[in-house]
Amino acid sequence: MPKAQLFITCLGDQFYTSTLQNMTRILKSLGVELDFPPDQTCCGQPLFNNGFEDKTRAVALNFMHAFSKSDAPIIGPSGSCVSMIKHHYLSLFPEGTQGHTLAVDISSRIFEFTEYLVNVLNVTDVGAVYPHKVTYHATCHYLREMGLKTEAKALLNSVKGLEFISLKEEETCCGFGGSFTITFPEVSRAMMENKVNDILASGADTVVMCEPGCLMNVAGGLHKAGSTIRAMHIIDLLASSEESV
Amino acid sequence: MTHEVPTYIGFEEYSEHVPASIPSAVQQATDRFVSGRAARVAELPQWEELRQIGSDIRVHTIENMDVYLIQLEEKVKAAGGTVHWAETAEDANQIVLQIAKEHNVKTAVKSKSMATEEIGLNHFLEEAGIEAIETDLGEYIIQLAGTGPSHIIVPAVHLKKEEIAALFSEKLNINAPADPIELARIAREVLREKFLNAEMGISGGNFLIAETGTLVMVTNEGNGRMCTTMPDLHVAVVGIDKVLPNWESLTVFLKLLARSATGQKLSTYTQFITGPRRAEGEFGPKEFHLVLLDNGRSNILRDPVGRDVLKCIRCGACANVCPVYKNVGGFAYGSFISGPIGAILSPQILGTQAARELPYASTLCGACADVCPVKIPIPTILRHLRRRVAQGDAFALSTIPVPIRAAANLASLVLARNWIYRLGARLLPIINPFFRKNDWLSGMPYPLNRWTNVRPLPQFGAGFRKWWKVRSAKGTESTR
Repeated sequence: MPKAQLFITCLGDQFYTSTLQNMTRILKSLGVELDFPPDQTCCGQPLFNNGFEDKTRAVALNFMHAFSKSDAPIIGPSGSCVSMIKHHYLSLFPEGTQGHTLAVDISSRIFEFTEYLVNVLNVTDVGAVYPHKVTYHATCHYLREMGLKTEAKALLNSVKGLEFISLKEEETCCGFGGSFTITFPEVSRAMMENKVNDILASGADTVVMCEPGCLMNVAGGLHKAGSTIRAMHIIDLLASSEESV
Repeated sequence: MTHEVPTYIGFEEYSEHVPASIPSAVQQATDRFVSGRAARVAELPQWEELRQIGSDIRVHTIENMDVYLIQLEEKVKAAGGTVHWAETAEDANQIVLQIAKEHNVKTAVKSKSMATEEIGLNHFLEEAGIEAIETDLGEYIIQLAGTGPSHIIVPAVHLKKEEIAALFSEKLNINAPADPIELARIAREVLREKFLNAEMGISGGNFLIAETGTLVMVTNEGNGRMCTTMPDLHVAVVGIDKVLPNWESLTVFLKLLARSATGQKLSTYTQFITGPRRAEGEFGPKEFHLVLLDNGRSNILRDPVGRDVLKCIRCGACANVCPVYKNVGGFAYGSFISGPIGAILSPQILGTQAARELPYASTLCGACADVCPVKIPIPTILRHLRRRVAQGDAFALSTIPVPIRAAANLASLVLARNWIYRLGARLLPIINPFFRKNDWLSGMPYPLNRWTNVRPLPQFGAGFRKWWKVRSAKGTESTR
């Protein structure tokens, strides 16, 4: 039985309880034995991306200590947070330090949720049923930093009843960018509105993505536009069953 | 007499007042470039390999810039040209002015050049009583409008044809129609006269080939050729970063540049200029001067991360795909160069006091790095410059405002101590009822109002930890 540790991300923790519950259920249904290290907080990306590398180290150390009690793979519902840990933690700690040793280990066993399903468990069909027109927003760090181009679509492709519709600008940023939304709200607004308009024009009734932060932005934008299109994390779609539809 | 160097670039301030016409004008043009580029790239199966070779050559060249620049100088001299070294923008302007004065120049015709935009040459020459006329159509338009360029290769991209017609009508005292062909004809008529009477031609350069001392110009309108052949005097102002080792390496960049910039296989004109004309009957000016511009580039070279910006071949592809640029236009970047490349170059030339906001003017989406023909790791350099702003480094002291530093200190404190974080997560839902409207939060206080003014926020509802605990206690999950 494969073992894994759940990394819930700070945004997931605050805003997406049911997504995290669904992540737990799906992994469990695939026979993964799960653990949840309660000492986890945030990966530190907001500090890192704002240039506060010195302030990021303590946060990264907290994360790494939390997940070092087990050597099981770490799975998170965010391409961006996973990328932060996988690709940037090493740069935070000079070689020869304890932080570096930890980062080498942690970065080698952290996976984004869809990546873990498709590339580690070799599963694309989780038995989901979702008879709707669904479109997909390729979130930036998931797509470009993690290089996950096919995983989400492979999973969607196996969902019973699902009709997939491509966005015209599937790979264009939605304007989230973390604190970018606070620093440059009007630019973020313009980008978000472009994305929302693209989704509205697609004819889909559901839009999915693999990123809690971008989901907050796009879902909020759709709500503000008065749209009934459902924005959801791919996990929530994959948890849909015969009974729930 | 010095040109205006911006003392502070207020990107955020500008972004709140972007003229409504700019995003649609910019998106119309850049979308065309993006699809053109994609089509040309698809034709070349070895594109990724070419990018890698291009990147490797540029890295090699900037790491050995001293060697190639000295070779270049020798070869230009051997071909009968004169080389001038300009450490600063001011030096470069003075050199060009001096050459103009020595030749009693009253009118200079200019071909499009980012280097002369960088140093503010037109303005400088005008103040000294020399008329400097832009002859590239886009540059001519923005010169009439009295602004700088808003895009690297299409400087007037922010203007629609109706606005250009109105500008021509006002400045040329005619009745110009909003018809691109007619507008081009009007400009040609005005400019033809200038070409015939100018005593000096001024150009930039896309590349400098060290092995033969050749200036390479990649243009589309033919005006560059006229500027560099009709007057008896040609002065080229080129950044030292434009040097390439040899002709063989040039072939790579000629493949990369036009495809990345305009979606062309090759630009209409590719000129190779090696010194002045040598014999009667040859084309070209009697004198050729090359002004090699440093203006901070040597200093950038000292920075092992930041110096990758000097690999840039000024194609503008990064701007064309940048969702930030496409929504604010080039003027938001407050300097001669805009878009993602401007966001990493301006802070290194103007410093992280004046250009403090620019490294942050990105969502780090990475689309720019995907298309850059020489693989400049733009998001990496943005983060690097954010570190310079936030913490300071060997190049500059921190310039981050105190409240942001305080917020970062607080965030670090909370996020590194999981008991404080967990307490906070449990307390946050308390505020939901105060801002709740239709299951979303809106109208929140500063700084979250900057989120909720744009779109509502989901309700705080950390519930997973408790759910997990209950579930584990029931024994439905391993707790280990």
